[in-house]
Amino acid sequence: MNAREAVRIALSMIRANKLRAFFTVLGTVVGVTFLIAVITLITGMNAYMKEEFAGKILGFNTINVRRLPSVGGGPVDEATWRQWQRRPRLTQDDARFLQERVQTPGLLSYAHDADGKVGDGRGKVVQGVNIIGASANFFNVRDLKIARGRTYTESEADRGVPVVVLGEEVAKKLFEGLPVLGKEVRIQGFPFRVIGVMEEQGSLFGMSMDRMVVAPIRSPLNGSLFRNNVVEDIYFRVPDASLMPRGQSELEGLMRVRHRLRPGAENDFMLETADEALGFWDKISTFLLMALPLLVAVSLVVGAVVIMNIMLVSVSERTREIGVRKSLGARRRDILLQFLVEAGTLSGAGGLLGIGSGIALAYAVSAISPIPARVSPGSILLAIALGIGVGLMAGVYPAYRASRLDPIVALRAD
Amino acid sequence: MSSALIEVRGLQKQYVMGAETVRALRGVDLVIERNEYVAIMGPSGSGKSTFMNLIGCLDTPSAGEYVLNGQPVAGMKDDDLARIRNREIGFVFQTFNLLPRSTALENVELPLVYAGVGKAERKERAAGALGAVELADRLDHRPNELSGGQRQRVAIARALVTRPSIILADEPTGNLDSRTSEEIMALFHRLHAEGQTIIMVTHEPDIAAHADRVVMLKDGIIASDRRQTRVPVGVLAARPESALSEV
Repeated sequence: MNAREAVRIALSMIRANKLRAFFTVLGTVVGVTFLIAVITLITGMNAYMKEEFAGKILGFNTINVRRLPSVGGGPVDEATWRQWQRRPRLTQDDARFLQERVQTPGLLSYAHDADGKVGDGRGKVVQGVNIIGASANFFNVRDLKIARGRTYTESEADRGVPVVVLGEEVAKKLFEGLPVLGKEVRIQGFPFRVIGVMEEQGSLFGMSMDRMVVAPIRSPLNGSLFRNNVVEDIYFRVPDASLMPRGQSELEGLMRVRHRLRPGAENDFMLETADEALGFWDKISTFLLMALPLLVAVSLVVGAVVIMNIMLVSVSERTREIGVRKSLGARRRDILLQFLVEAGTLSGAGGLLGIGSGIALAYAVSAISPIPARVSPGSILLAIALGIGVGLMAGVYPAYRASRLDPIVALRAD
Repeated sequence: MSSALIEVRGLQKQYVMGAETVRALRGVDLVIERNEYVAIMGPSGSGKSTFMNLIGCLDTPSAGEYVLNGQPVAGMKDDDLARIRNREIGFVFQTFNLLPRSTALENVELPLVYAGVGKAERKERAAGALGAVELADRLDHRPNELSGGQRQRVAIARALVTRPSIILADEPTGNLDSRTSEEIMALFHRLHAEGQTIIMVTHEPDIAAHADRVVMLKDGIIASDRRQTRVPVGVLAARPESALSEV
């Protein structure tokens, strides 16, 4: 008897006892469901982090000079934290120092941001707006597209002209579809003239990216909402990823000169790139992916025990069938193969069910939460292999018992 | 080398049951030639079931020789015995022993599956065997859709499909009424006439009366072994006690 024959027999057994087969493999179904759901969500997060998060928060091919880490620092001890607090703040002058000296091709921009409120001066106010004061290049460096109007010029930025480009959500909330350009808004009480509206950016982890405004950093916000002359981020965007290392080492050298650090002294600033932020996420996802097998293993072991029990029952119920098969010339290995394949097919079918319900679960979770889902082909192969593997493992002992049955005794069984 | 199909010398079988050793067979010698039609009889406890299991290669003897179709099978291991059962022996059981979820055709195919015969040839040969027992129109019926006689004919087709050296029938009519029993006996006669060797274990004298030779077992040895002129099919009812009265 070959394996295909055995699979055919196994499928007909499952068809004959659908409900029982389902309960037999419930453990496998549950285990595989979790496996698939978690991997689907982690894969989704991975893709999201790489394609959206990194781009929106840090920008592609962008080196970010900061005083303190934004994301990706991870937990630090108190001594480190205190040391960080003693670092000098970055200033607009630092940014201009870099701008004048950097040789690597690229665009430099600097910005400060804070939460604040934006009103239309007639009582309508939007709270919790991300108010960004930035140099004129900011829109290019961060890929912020303008839907209507224009951005401010370098000259406007340098002079600190009170003009503002609104995020899509702020524009909608304040003006509700009425013309926006040329209108006056109040940011922290200061009047600003609206010169543009940005394209909608969507949300990141459920937070709107459109609840923001961008104005020249040297506008009246300098010294009021923002500490005078201070910047939080200095962005340097290179045209190509291959220039990243060169840009990084050049910026680091320039910053050390600027801060008069002796050779051997530690940097009192940080250079961040999207890769580092992703590195932090990679640590989390790797940990999750390492912990996952343990959780899945528990349900699969339980599943295997159930399958083994039911297979033992099945062997004793079908003792006579085994006797008949043996009398007709079935060898031990034929019987062994038949029951092994039956257990594997049963559990493999459970694995398929689990794949379906796991994907469904992942998409259900992603529908009600900001966590995205993406099916990973590797996880499906893994799940199928696990499903069949669990069945085969669970089937070994019952199949062995069946194969060892004495045909005379088996033929006499009821 | 003898040309005999079955040659049994000093066959013994002992079972250990707790502290006791049961000697089911205590030295049986028997030669059966090709195309014989033998009935093996005996009261319960005579060892006829044990003898049938040994002849059918379902079990191995404690001592003695058994040569089947030129092959010494007494010392064979499990898988070799399975191969012998598959090729040389066609079992017909009292309770038919068909697989309930499989169709007649699938049941008859089963020995060919274990013989490693390919699907197309298997179907063709199984259908042919079912045709030979006049069930060509019942290929797709499951056992529960067939009468007792039809089920036994499916079982006989299953026994025949590998073209075995012997048909080994264990109380083949035990679960059938007398009219159906005769139908089966008529089928056996036909197979015998076509050259088939048939060994039939039975305790019913009027069934044994169909055979050419009756071997009587008692207390683990052969009590008698005689040839007889078998009754023609159809006269069973008229001679209810034929074979037993001869013993």
